[in-house]
Amino acid sequence: MEWELVMGLEVHVELATKTKIFCSCTTEFGGAPNTHCCPVCTGMPGTLPVLNKKVLEYAVKAGLALNCDITRYNKFDRKNYFYPDLPKAYQISQLYLPFAQNGAVEITTRSGKTKTIRIHEIHMEEDAGKLIHSAYGDATFPDYNRCGVPLIEIVSEPDFRSAEEVVAYLAKLKSTFEYLGISDCKMQEGSMRADVNLSVRPKGSDEFGTRTEMKNINSFKAIERVIAYESARQIEAIEKGEKVVQETRRWDDNKGKTFAMRSKENAQDYRYFPEPDIPPISISDETIKDYTDSMPEFSEAKVIRYGEQFGIAKADAEIIAGSKYLAKLFEETVAICNNPKEVRYWIMTQIMYFMNERGVLPENIKLDPKKFAQFIEIVAADRINKQTGKQVFEEMFFADADFDVEKYIKDNGLEQVDDSDAIREAVAAVFAANPATVEQYKNGQTKVVGFFVGQVMKQMSGKAKPDTVNKIVGEELAKI
Amino acid sequence: MDILNMTALELGKAIKEKKLTAVEAVEAVIANIEAKDKDINAYISLNKEQALARAKEVDEKIAKGELTSALAGVPIAVKDNICTKDLKTCCASKILGDFAPVYNATVAEKLEEAGAIVLGKLNMDEFAMGSTSETSYYGSVKNPWDKTKVPGGSSGGSAAAVAAKEAVIALGTDTGGSIRQPASYCGVTGFKPTYGTVSRFGLIAYASSLDQIGPIAKDTADCAAIMDIIAGKDERDGTSLDLEKTDYLANLSSDVKGMKIGLPKECFETEGLDHEVAKSVKAVAEKLEEAGAIVEEISLPFLKFVIPTYYIIASAEASSNLSRFDGIRYGFRTENYDGLADLYNATRSEGFGKEVKKRILLGTFVLSSGYYDAYYRKALKVKAVIKAKFDEIFEKYDLIICPTAPSTAPKLDSSLKDPMKMYLSDIFTVSANIAGLPGLNVPCGFDASGMPIGAQIMGQALSEQKVLNAGYAFQSMTDFHKKMPEVM
Repeated sequence: MEWELVMGLEVHVELATKTKIFCSCTTEFGGAPNTHCCPVCTGMPGTLPVLNKKVLEYAVKAGLALNCDITRYNKFDRKNYFYPDLPKAYQISQLYLPFAQNGAVEITTRSGKTKTIRIHEIHMEEDAGKLIHSAYGDATFPDYNRCGVPLIEIVSEPDFRSAEEVVAYLAKLKSTFEYLGISDCKMQEGSMRADVNLSVRPKGSDEFGTRTEMKNINSFKAIERVIAYESARQIEAIEKGEKVVQETRRWDDNKGKTFAMRSKENAQDYRYFPEPDIPPISISDETIKDYTDSMPEFSEAKVIRYGEQFGIAKADAEIIAGSKYLAKLFEETVAICNNPKEVRYWIMTQIMYFMNERGVLPENIKLDPKKFAQFIEIVAADRINKQTGKQVFEEMFFADADFDVEKYIKDNGLEQVDDSDAIREAVAAVFAANPATVEQYKNGQTKVVGFFVGQVMKQMSGKAKPDTVNKIVGEELAKI
Repeated sequence: MDILNMTALELGKAIKEKKLTAVEAVEAVIANIEAKDKDINAYISLNKEQALARAKEVDEKIAKGELTSALAGVPIAVKDNICTKDLKTCCASKILGDFAPVYNATVAEKLEEAGAIVLGKLNMDEFAMGSTSETSYYGSVKNPWDKTKVPGGSSGGSAAAVAAKEAVIALGTDTGGSIRQPASYCGVTGFKPTYGTVSRFGLIAYASSLDQIGPIAKDTADCAAIMDIIAGKDERDGTSLDLEKTDYLANLSSDVKGMKIGLPKECFETEGLDHEVAKSVKAVAEKLEEAGAIVEEISLPFLKFVIPTYYIIASAEASSNLSRFDGIRYGFRTENYDGLADLYNATRSEGFGKEVKKRILLGTFVLSSGYYDAYYRKALKVKAVIKAKFDEIFEKYDLIICPTAPSTAPKLDSSLKDPMKMYLSDIFTVSANIAGLPGLNVPCGFDASGMPIGAQIMGQALSEQKVLNAGYAFQSMTDFHKKMPEVM
């Protein structure tokens, strides 16, 4: 039987406000345990939460960017449960009236398919702390630094049918929030976390199967692995005649498996009720208009513009515009050197290579557009060839701010040689050293031309201008 | 000078005029606490050394003209659910152990800035849950008028301390009547402000949407004076209201001419209402009528719904507010436990008293999935209706006068055995909390056994001035508030 996957996502995104949601502690990641906290975020008796207005602003902007209806009269609710990382024993969240509802996002998968994913709701809440378990196994230490870091939880409808769609959706959220400047969405630091609700059904069926919810997923790669593992597990169970149990499962990245955490029967009763310490907050039409008017240009608009303005193919434009940081580098460099094709070339080849093979993240790229533009001008003027260019680009890309492209080329003697006499001398030397090959050419084996060109380039330490070498090799062969 | 019989304002004035020092005032009150509190048990913690040191400092500042508030140099005592920096604050519960906050409640901070001197922390019902001050882990408080009787609650320590002259003025908290009812039982003046008037930052919450801090004092003028210090917007409490600087004391007036007062007939028809109480309270209205007020009978048809509404909302919020006392970070932790769930269960079972556990269970139940709509959501709807009904009444009337409690103080050990009766004794006070209104208890008589009777004056939200003026007018015409028990 052919099976279809049905998935819905719950994505937690930490908002990049400077201070926490209900107090003025820093939201900075890391720090020695319990140094980014105060009586309010550690829930000491008698303390009260006061909403950070910036959190509401960032949240509403996220809701607008995901085309949601914005709730004008906002309230918070308490979600009650006991756990040592939650010092008040309740999390301030939104159950009854999430701030954003009924949204939709367009995604484009790697294979170029576009699809709309519906957003059920987005709500605001506070993050919990972390528990650090002693290496000796006899103690657990709570660290409340993360307590009270603002989060939004984006709940999608069950619209995903493949891991490819899930990854495209997460990339889209990341890109959108980066452009808005409201989150850095770093999965590895936990500032973006995804829970996947997954079920399977016979292809063509319109009923939903029993779903499981996977938690603890910390990278795009892991998401794909979770989906592959869990769907296979469910299909195998059903094919064996077993039932899928509705439960929460934890993903173990090292083992590459999911493990049952708790079933629906043991689901906690969170005893939600309206948070009495935070009065309702209204959002005015003017505020919504201000936020809407100040929306940045997002990836879709950039893809179209890159095509129209710079002639960049859609697939390339989607990759560049998919990251605020790549797009910024591209646009700023093009603004200086006015050579979009060449800029595109270096981003799509070298930078992509560094990202895919060396784990470079777009947000960590420190390449200065001024230097990049200078480099593009050198390449465009044919002062170095593409091969040497790769070497120079790599040096420049990973170098410190004081890297000087011109000086580097000069010091390493990388400038192309376009001296016909020198090339002609090298050609003569190559012919002299390879009489047998010259003989082959005379016998009509024209493919050895490439060999001669390569040998001449080698003789000239790769600095000779390839066009000139080709031309002179041709001329000299004709004389034979 | 007879320090112990002076009001807070008289004492403040005498200190300012250099007739006596803050140190002398503190010493006199502490001497009285040391003499009497073995019997009254109004205090949980005494802050003797620090209070004396602080009094010296305050005297110097007053001398330099740096402190000019009406209560500069006046000793004050604070209910034990209000956080005081580095001073044990335990809500009369075992579970908080010797918890000493690293922060002051906003009210404590404001009082310190004004030069008032905190003498110590006052006994109360555990976590303010109770109407008799008998649920304290630190033992019952006794009524200074008759030590076999309760002082009321939950701010029983605050009311008893003022009545026994163990405090010149005190702070209490009121969630369902916890300032007004003990003030009534102890024959002192107690004021619960409009919800949001006084910051709750640093008040260890019982029921967040109902709790308010307010004064218990010898008279209305003292209440007005301390309200001017503690009222106002606080950036640390989102529910505190954006009020202009108050000037209740300066605007205090005994002119009640033309004021329209409603006497709710349901209050006077309530089953179990003591005849002497009814008579004394009606006499308050008559007194004000003599002074030019207009008194009419009104109806509060919702009165029978206020107790169930209150217990659902209060216990629901309490069940959540008290969850943080789990033995993980501070306070009491059980000695023996096996794993996390057991640590929680054993700590909370041993750390909380019976009444508190009862309300946590009730609150947990009414918030449980499947019951939420039938109880909590319905209670919130009733709350909104009650608020609207009061708004209607206050379109026509300035004030409502009714008894503070149906009877005078009961005997110790009699109430907890009959909890329904105890819960029903809050019937006249909880409305003000549900609707967020200001309410004042003024002493208005004594029953046959010599126990004090109190009348409650309620007003529209933010009409503190009117309420205080009516109390001030009544006290200008009567001496009930000046009678103090002789504590042997």
